[in-house]
Amino acid sequence: MKTDGGQALIKSLEREGVEVMFGLPGGAILPVYDPIIDSKIRHILVRHEQGAGHMAEGYAQATGKPGVAMVTSGPAATNIVTPLCDAYLDSIPMVVITGQVPTAAIGTDAFQECDTTGITASITKHNFLVTEAQDIPRVIREAFHIATTGRPGPVLVDIPKDIVDPTNPRSSLEWEDEVEIDLPGYKVDTSVDEDAIKKAVDLIQQAEKPILYIGGGVLKSRAAEALLELAELTQIHVVTTLMARGAFPDSHELCLGMPGMHGNFTAVTAMQESDLLITLGARFDDRVTGKLDEFAVTAKIIHVDIDPAELGKVRRPDIPIQGDCRVAIETMVKVLRESNSEATDRSAWKSRISGWQERFPLVYESSNPGQALKPQFVIEKLRDATPGDTIVASGVGQHQMWASQYWTFDHPYTWINSGGLGTMGFSIPAAIGAKVGHPEKMVWAVDGDGCFQMTAQELVTARVENIPIKVALLNNSYLGMVRQWQDMFYDERHSEVFLSKEIPDYKGWAESMGCFALRVDDPDEVEEAIAQANEIEDRPVVIDFRTAAEEKVYPMVAAGTGNSDVIVPPSQENEIR
Amino acid sequence: MSSASAEHRNHVLVVTVENKSGVLARVASLFARRAFNIRSLAVAPTEDDNLSRITIVVDGESAPIEQVVNQLDKLINVVDIRDLQPGHAVERELMLVTVAVEPEHRDDIVEQLDRAGGKVMSVGTDSMMLSLVGDPDHIDAFEDLLRPFGILEIQRTGRVALANLDETIE
Repeated sequence: MKTDGGQALIKSLEREGVEVMFGLPGGAILPVYDPIIDSKIRHILVRHEQGAGHMAEGYAQATGKPGVAMVTSGPAATNIVTPLCDAYLDSIPMVVITGQVPTAAIGTDAFQECDTTGITASITKHNFLVTEAQDIPRVIREAFHIATTGRPGPVLVDIPKDIVDPTNPRSSLEWEDEVEIDLPGYKVDTSVDEDAIKKAVDLIQQAEKPILYIGGGVLKSRAAEALLELAELTQIHVVTTLMARGAFPDSHELCLGMPGMHGNFTAVTAMQESDLLITLGARFDDRVTGKLDEFAVTAKIIHVDIDPAELGKVRRPDIPIQGDCRVAIETMVKVLRESNSEATDRSAWKSRISGWQERFPLVYESSNPGQALKPQFVIEKLRDATPGDTIVASGVGQHQMWASQYWTFDHPYTWINSGGLGTMGFSIPAAIGAKVGHPEKMVWAVDGDGCFQMTAQELVTARVENIPIKVALLNNSYLGMVRQWQDMFYDERHSEVFLSKEIPDYKGWAESMGCFALRVDDPDEVEEAIAQANEIEDRPVVIDFRTAAEEKVYPMVAAGTGNSDVIVPPSQENEIR
Repeated sequence: MSSASAEHRNHVLVVTVENKSGVLARVASLFARRAFNIRSLAVAPTEDDNLSRITIVVDGESAPIEQVVNQLDKLINVVDIRDLQPGHAVERELMLVTVAVEPEHRDDIVEQLDRAGGKVMSVGTDSMMLSLVGDPDHIDAFEDLLRPFGILEIQRTGRVALANLDETIE
């Protein structure tokens, strides 16, 4: 069947099962937007291309399906660079289609031309510049295959205008019902070496102080159930990194919560004192390890990762296991069930852990009626007033850490954030993408006032496209995390961190974007405001919570220091470690 | 590159890639992005039109070699990587060099060149252009020998390498 490149592109997306895409048209991509009118794919028109990228990421994180974004050439392509890099660092499956100037104009500095594949080569898992219409169906198949298999990641497909423009003979192609990938250099091996697993199990059984160190790879491999079985079978405590919150239920007795720079004391210290870190889909990020040569110095390392380049990149493992986390965990469970070996007595270790938990819980000082809200208090009230499977999407900064610390994540895929890149402004578009993927679930964006001002315009998208997310704005008038560092490490000298007390008027701004909006100044008003917000289903909601600016995120491992030097809140300074 | 201690830190990677535009840029950009140092790099098509072969000499001090290999292997267009062990591969490099030579020293240079297995490519009034193919140590030695005469211009290709036949059979 004869067709043109634009039709073929949309048909190819349909063939990949794409139900929704996020985008914004422009000159070079125009011919592809015409067939969208007749497609069953839902297109969500964003207000800024960065929003399209983060929406696709939020959609992908919430559903496990690849997120799709489509934008035009030049400035649109550069506007989506941040989400591509974000998705690359957090291993999020995403396919981004960009328009490009006609093939004959490439390299001439044509209007809205940029070297999109050159710019994005190091922040995508792979990218393509398609120069023949006939290649479009195969490249789209390859893009989805690469994005979703192995270690997931973003793939960009750059499409020159002439090969999709039906008035140009270069756009003509023969549509085939079948298309095969041709990727001789791309191999995905999800199997695991069972002998290595047996050695790992031996180490596990001998360990006196083992910890299951869980990263985002466990969520990517849909291994949360398998992990629960492994943890309960071995009775080993679990830490879940910022990318893995929800991979293991926070309310489970074996869960120690989040490790790292703002992890809770027990999670940080248990890793630090451990003699065996069973590392599953985690990558020894500097925010987790602190000063590397002081990190968990006595621990042996079992490291499972689908990406062989992670094994030994930061910390040399005693047992490296390349493969899929779920396959590895299930094989560990099988080997454990078949073996007669008994685990070492760990009662002393368990009592140390429970001692830390008793002496060093997450704490903050409550505020009195009439005083500014404590951000932790707002998160707790939000947590208590929402269904257990509520999806929380956060921005980047103090509010992100408090949300991760004080929420109780008992379900996988309910926590969405920008972990690796730390992209301010992530939460609102990511929440929109998550809500599009799961319209039946409640979706709360937890945002800061600095972040909100970067991507708030997507609330217009949310209202117009009928995507009723809710935004809890923890508004302390400051770039809070930067202020915290200036307080702690720059003698309280505040440089360019104060935003403004009253400008903008967030309530008025939100209302002008079609949202229902409230402002809350007093602790006594918090519950009522959340209850009101939870009732509203026909439009986005924004609550401007006025929070205490001097509040700090504790515990904290200062940058460049070791995890044994974790700074605890003032009320715990005299506790015995 | 000339001293023996530097030589043993270097690894020779023979990387087979898809013969597509932009692939060399991806490889080069990966080395820059990950702070791996390239000592030399040579690219050319292979017996298969769809594939090119890149011979990269990597400074093994700049990163563990398995990390370099694993990161390279993540590039979708990279089809195969061989880390050639010293003494288990044939390595060759080509040098073109123009040296200043007074007429009375010409015979001396030509004699040295003959002994090294090189050729005279062009002769000027007070200079000569020579070519020499050999393993990199051999080229280094000859370059040192020419230096007292005055090297006016030099171009080396960087090495190309193939595994010894007994290694290829594996």
